[in-house]
Amino acid sequence: MAVTSDTYTPATRSISFPKVQTRHVVMVLYLLFMLVPIYWLVKMSFQTNREILGGFTLWPQNPTLDNYRVILTDSSWYMGYVNSITYVVMNTVLSLAVALPAAYAFSRYRFLGDKHLFFWLLTNRMAPPAVFALPFFQLYSSVGLFDTHIAVALAHTLFNVPLAVWILEGFMRGVPKEIDETAYIDGYSFPRFFVKIFMPLIASGIGVAAFFCFMFSWVELLLSRTLTAVNAQPIASIMTRTVSASGLDWGVLCAAGVLTIIPGALVIYFVRNYIAKGFALGRV
Amino acid sequence: MAQITLDNLAHSYLPNPKGEEDYALKQLDHVWGDGEAYALLGASGCGKSTLLNIISGLLVPSRGRILFGDRDVTHQDTVERNIAQVFQFPVVYDTMTVGDNLAFPLRNRGMDAAYVAARVQKIAAMIGMEEVLNRKARGLTADAKQKISLGRGMVREDVNAILFDEPLTVIDPHMKWELRTQLKALHNEFGHTMIYVTHDQTEALTFADKVVVMHDGRVVQLGTPEELFDTPEHTFVGYFIGSPGMNLIEAEVAGNLARCAGHAVRLGGTYKALQGRVQIGVRPEFVQLVSGEEGLPVTIKRVEDVGRHQIVRAEFQGRAINAVQLEGTPIPADANRMIFAPERINVYADDWRVAPLQSVATPQREAV
Amino acid sequence: MDKVQNNKAWFLVLPVLVLVAFSAVIPLMTVVNYSVQDTFGNNVFFWEGLGWFQEVLTSERVHAALGRQLAFSGIILAIQIPLGIAIAICMPKRGFWASVCLVLMALPLLIPWNVVGTIWQILGRTDIGLVGYALDKVGISWNYARNPVHAWVTVVIMDVWHWTSLVALLAYAGLQSIPQAYYQAAKIDQASRWKVFRYIELPKMQGVLLIAILLRFMDSFMIYTEPFVVTGGGPGSATSFLSIDLVKMALGQFDLGPAAAFSIMYFLVILLVSWVFYTVMTNLDKAEGR
Repeated sequence: MAVTSDTYTPATRSISFPKVQTRHVVMVLYLLFMLVPIYWLVKMSFQTNREILGGFTLWPQNPTLDNYRVILTDSSWYMGYVNSITYVVMNTVLSLAVALPAAYAFSRYRFLGDKHLFFWLLTNRMAPPAVFALPFFQLYSSVGLFDTHIAVALAHTLFNVPLAVWILEGFMRGVPKEIDETAYIDGYSFPRFFVKIFMPLIASGIGVAAFFCFMFSWVELLLSRTLTAVNAQPIASIMTRTVSASGLDWGVLCAAGVLTIIPGALVIYFVRNYIAKGFALGRV
Repeated sequence: MAQITLDNLAHSYLPNPKGEEDYALKQLDHVWGDGEAYALLGASGCGKSTLLNIISGLLVPSRGRILFGDRDVTHQDTVERNIAQVFQFPVVYDTMTVGDNLAFPLRNRGMDAAYVAARVQKIAAMIGMEEVLNRKARGLTADAKQKISLGRGMVREDVNAILFDEPLTVIDPHMKWELRTQLKALHNEFGHTMIYVTHDQTEALTFADKVVVMHDGRVVQLGTPEELFDTPEHTFVGYFIGSPGMNLIEAEVAGNLARCAGHAVRLGGTYKALQGRVQIGVRPEFVQLVSGEEGLPVTIKRVEDVGRHQIVRAEFQGRAINAVQLEGTPIPADANRMIFAPERINVYADDWRVAPLQSVATPQREAV
Repeated sequence: MDKVQNNKAWFLVLPVLVLVAFSAVIPLMTVVNYSVQDTFGNNVFFWEGLGWFQEVLTSERVHAALGRQLAFSGIILAIQIPLGIAIAICMPKRGFWASVCLVLMALPLLIPWNVVGTIWQILGRTDIGLVGYALDKVGISWNYARNPVHAWVTVVIMDVWHWTSLVALLAYAGLQSIPQAYYQAAKIDQASRWKVFRYIELPKMQGVLLIAILLRFMDSFMIYTEPFVVTGGGPGSATSFLSIDLVKMALGQFDLGPAAAFSIMYFLVILLVSWVFYTVMTNLDKAEGR
């Protein structure tokens, strides 16, 4: 008996089988639902326009890199990526820089009007970009910032700063106040304490906030398209304009789409271990 | 209710354990008698929680079997084993009322409503929560929540065993005493087999009929509190039980004489020649401080007064050695030697106790 | 945590205030300004009072857009919240496969919104799209550009594809925070799978689910780009949600006054609903003693 029981492991328990199967089926179906549309985009990006329109196929018959060549050799195309990444990074840095001290204030102190201020900040996350599109256009035109990267970066702080404050505040609340007090007793000045001691403690929170700023700035189109014409035009906007002008080259359109997915995919890959906590905004 | 047999049991958290050190729980054969109260005592990480989870069926052992009575339950899950368990941290269903929490295990088994109500009343009275039966469990203190957990563990009458996994960790000290007394009373009344995991020796010794001491994945001794005190089977038991623990001194043993760094110590029995690392162990309670030529020369470091007795902290050959003196027993001002009650000395070879070939006198425990 | 009263903390909040004042308050003032004036062009404005508000409030076009918007937000919440919870429960708890699932699921969240629209625009076409082609083959002539029902189904499925993972990831974070002992206790108490969900998982997910509902409500209420790329708000105005209608009005027809009045009320509706959520959430935080 003792000899036969050697071979048992928890995984072979027969009673747990049916449940495990259902879970796996659901998960596989859901991931397929997630991936098939992306696959379709990738598939078409490797086809010539003629092949796409010529007949329905499940995979490329003559895979080609021509579409990618078009994009990567034409500066009016690839500058779109540069523009997008420029204003996304500017926005992320700007949002974090102002959100960090504010979140600290909200997490540590009570002050006149703090609760109202916090809610008012959050309301900006709720402001529909459509409402702001036209006023932004007029505002930035009047101060001469129209069609610059900083204009888009500033516009996107509208929804990214409140979000960053909210996320960071959640993470900061998790840091015991005694740490601040000890540092002050040890003679740290506020800026030095904040940078040397406090920021490393909430590093994962800063990472998560940066991820969200990057994400929402990267995916937004309405504002970034309204505020740019040529010099700072984001890739997403170039996609819609160029393509409609040149009579819909599906292959190039799909290749451009695939290229917009890549930065996001890279970012996700790097933060994959923090995603779950980050999505709960530090409140789990 | 049934007796629980662990047959040739071992467990490793690794899928392919290589050597002995990969096992969290090393080879174990043991029978838990029906209706007895056991304490499973050991430092954290010694494998006691692993053992408990194997008994409760939350973990399937890598090797060996578990029997409840004559029934092999090794691969049965928790529900089929019909046991109750109380965890270290309170597990309470927040959205339910206190009463619903207590009734939950009974209702899930389709018990009659009148019986459930009566039983909940009885348990609530026992844990002192009749007043708050209709309150939501959310927002209660950790103490109160843990009392609910305890109540839920005891609400079923037909369980094979009730397992407690350090249940009083989060409870206030004065409540600890009260709850432990209640548990003990409950055991006397219903006669459930209880297994109580703890790292606190006071808890273990006051709760249990028999104490199982674990060390490094192994059961080093099973015995009554007296046996653990008088004849620790392993140096760990000597060190872990008692406050301060047993004095252990390197020695060479021949016949009924031990030599510690050249000084002779008379033993209570005769021993055969011993191999390996040999130590003699004596509890501080059986150490006397004297002056003169007899005994081991020591340097007294300090004397702590802890109420009913004094602890004398001293050094022998650079290693700590302690003595406990009753309050009022004078310590000679020029005390520089310690002598041991010979029949209280245990001899250890490679940490395991060696029984004497013949003992001179039967040890009688004296009150300390 | 008990906080210290200190009004100097305002200095720490100042940068945020300046920035947000520039990017939110000034534009909002512009909107308010437009909403009470009328123009005949040439930058000549005159006072219109609450006329535009009256017009918007009684406008059937706005009512219809609001109705469509509420229907859309309701439908996607009704699908995404339960589906997201189900997916979170089915996800592997840890290890290699958990990472794989996380990464793959998060992918749609980081795709620019117009690309999301493009993807589904292509998928639904009967000539080059997988879904449209397949439906065509089984005898359903799929046409989201002509058939309002098809347009709605396409837009809803697109949103489910795009955002369900957000709900799932939030719910997953909530599930991860449940100590193992709860599941063990439930097993010993012989609780059914449903009871484990009802009495352990759901209460512990409450906080994150509120965040999920709040975010999904806000974002679905502001949706613009994705449906615009797929259907352009059509056929007719079948999928013209509030934002699409607003942009049509403001940029397309340059009806600044009504558009501004519309904007303000639109914003107020979102504010009202969000305020309710926010209050519920803070109370919940307090109830748990945080």
